[in-house]
Amino acid sequence: MSRLVVASIGPASSVQDGGRFGAQRYGLTVSGAMDRLSLAAANTLVGNEPFAAAVEIGPFGAAFTAKDGAVRVAISGAPRNADVAGSPVAMDTSLTLKDGETLTLGFARGGAFTYLAIEGAIRGEPVFGSLAVNARAGLGSPYPRPLQAGDEFTVDAASGAPELRIELPKPATGPIRVLLGPQDDEFDDANRALFLDSEWKISATSDRMGYRLEGPAIKHLHGHNIVSDGTVNGSIQVPGNGSPIALMMDRGTSGGYPKIATVITADVGRLAQTSAGTAFRFKQVSMAEAQDEARKFAQTIRGLPDRLRSADTVALNIEALSDANVAGYAVSAVDAGTWQVAAEP
Amino acid sequence: MAATLPPPRLLPSGDSAVTVEFSRTIDDEANQRVLALDKAIAASPIDGITESVPTYRSLLVHYDPGKIGFDALGEKLLTLASQPLPPATKARRWRIPVAYGGEHGIDLEDVAKALNTTPDDIIARHVAGDYKVAMIGFTPGWSYLSGLDKSLHMSRRQNPRLLTPAGTISIGGVQAGIQCLAAPSGWHLLGRTPVRTYQLHRNPTFLTEPGDRVTFFAIDHKTFEEQDRAAEAGEIVAEQVIA
Repeated sequence: MSRLVVASIGPASSVQDGGRFGAQRYGLTVSGAMDRLSLAAANTLVGNEPFAAAVEIGPFGAAFTAKDGAVRVAISGAPRNADVAGSPVAMDTSLTLKDGETLTLGFARGGAFTYLAIEGAIRGEPVFGSLAVNARAGLGSPYPRPLQAGDEFTVDAASGAPELRIELPKPATGPIRVLLGPQDDEFDDANRALFLDSEWKISATSDRMGYRLEGPAIKHLHGHNIVSDGTVNGSIQVPGNGSPIALMMDRGTSGGYPKIATVITADVGRLAQTSAGTAFRFKQVSMAEAQDEARKFAQTIRGLPDRLRSADTVALNIEALSDANVAGYAVSAVDAGTWQVAAEP
Repeated sequence: MAATLPPPRLLPSGDSAVTVEFSRTIDDEANQRVLALDKAIAASPIDGITESVPTYRSLLVHYDPGKIGFDALGEKLLTLASQPLPPATKARRWRIPVAYGGEHGIDLEDVAKALNTTPDDIIARHVAGDYKVAMIGFTPGWSYLSGLDKSLHMSRRQNPRLLTPAGTISIGGVQAGIQCLAAPSGWHLLGRTPVRTYQLHRNPTFLTEPGDRVTFFAIDHKTFEEQDRAAEAGEIVAEQVIA
């Protein structure tokens, strides 16, 4: 066994996994990673199940030191500068920290959350099947609170497996897609349009419970009191002051403000990775499109192992190739995950 | 079945959940039908449903769109929802101690002023109520109660408070509540109870279930402190009355 010691870490960093399901009926929310795709990518790189427990690192920096042996880790999610003893480390790759070596991560250069997965995954005592930290409910293991310097994880000694990188699909851009409802009929056409057509920014007072949206005030048709009903990840509720709140993984399981729309499953992680102050828009989609995107999103996560490459091979920059229009539309239509790199051994 | 309610509405809650809404308002029959549909799903599971969450007036059904689509699931849910209500079973009753006003109920005086009466009168009206746990939600153990005296119905606060204390006893709109953990709230805070409706390492972890009956009784702040310590150590503190 080795240990991975948290040498330093910023706020809003905690152990997260795929989430805690089955007790929402008692008011126990799901928690889990804010960006599930990045959690799954980091875990896949070190051979873990996609939703195994890993460290969710908030927007500030962090450093981790291997003790009592080597530790194999991987980072994915919000890009940041990373190094081991001054040698740069790439995002979306695995690496093995030798005994005593420290991986240092800078501030997120965009987005908010980066995931550090550890080979063999973080161990702890699950509650309702999950190690995810839910600080408000005092749940999470091995630490039922945000991480602090000095915390440590007992982990597998590094396997010595060859290091890998993962070719993730090109990140989606454009508006955050939503389905209207469940209470869109609590707003008139003009206010639904105001919500869909306006530019929004995420307030700095946002957290894992909810992202407060700054923009025009949305007016209710019949006032802001409804009889409390259930919420989901991505529910967008409008309280009395008219400023919408997108409910995130530590949301209340029910709420009493009308919910004008719901972010589609495939875009919840994208919203989570939208930096405070960055302008963005919403776009309404149909149920058929949203469910199709949800199935594709699940397929992408299941297919992550097929996107692993030897870390030694040169990354083919599909984006640059596409921009250069070398192969026209055909290149951008190629699935990045199935693109075979010619130099691969 | 007294079919006083129209058929439920299916409201999309994103691509992986659907709200089966029986009523827009708090309605005892709607709540009974919510709990009946919840039981019916548990008794004859539908492939693809991952979790269901009963509320006052609707059942939120989480599902995997990779296994079942919105239309197919909606049809099955509407069929189950049209079944007759099963006969009512005997409810448990909890007597919940509350320290009203002062630091434990910072809105008691404002509520009294807004309703042109005295804090003692507000307490009397709140204690006189015969409540039912209609749902548990928002944060672990937060029990939403139906049965609030009409004279205590008040709009929620315009700006929700970012943090309210554990054990808060509050009212919001037409609802009354027992809050277990510290949490944001837009409700009016009348008092605090030492009772933990959720405590991780206690058996049972969750004290209340939808359908339970609840009444409140006033305790002084000194008793609150004593019972709070006992509750912290794992005692239930609430009195259970077998009907």
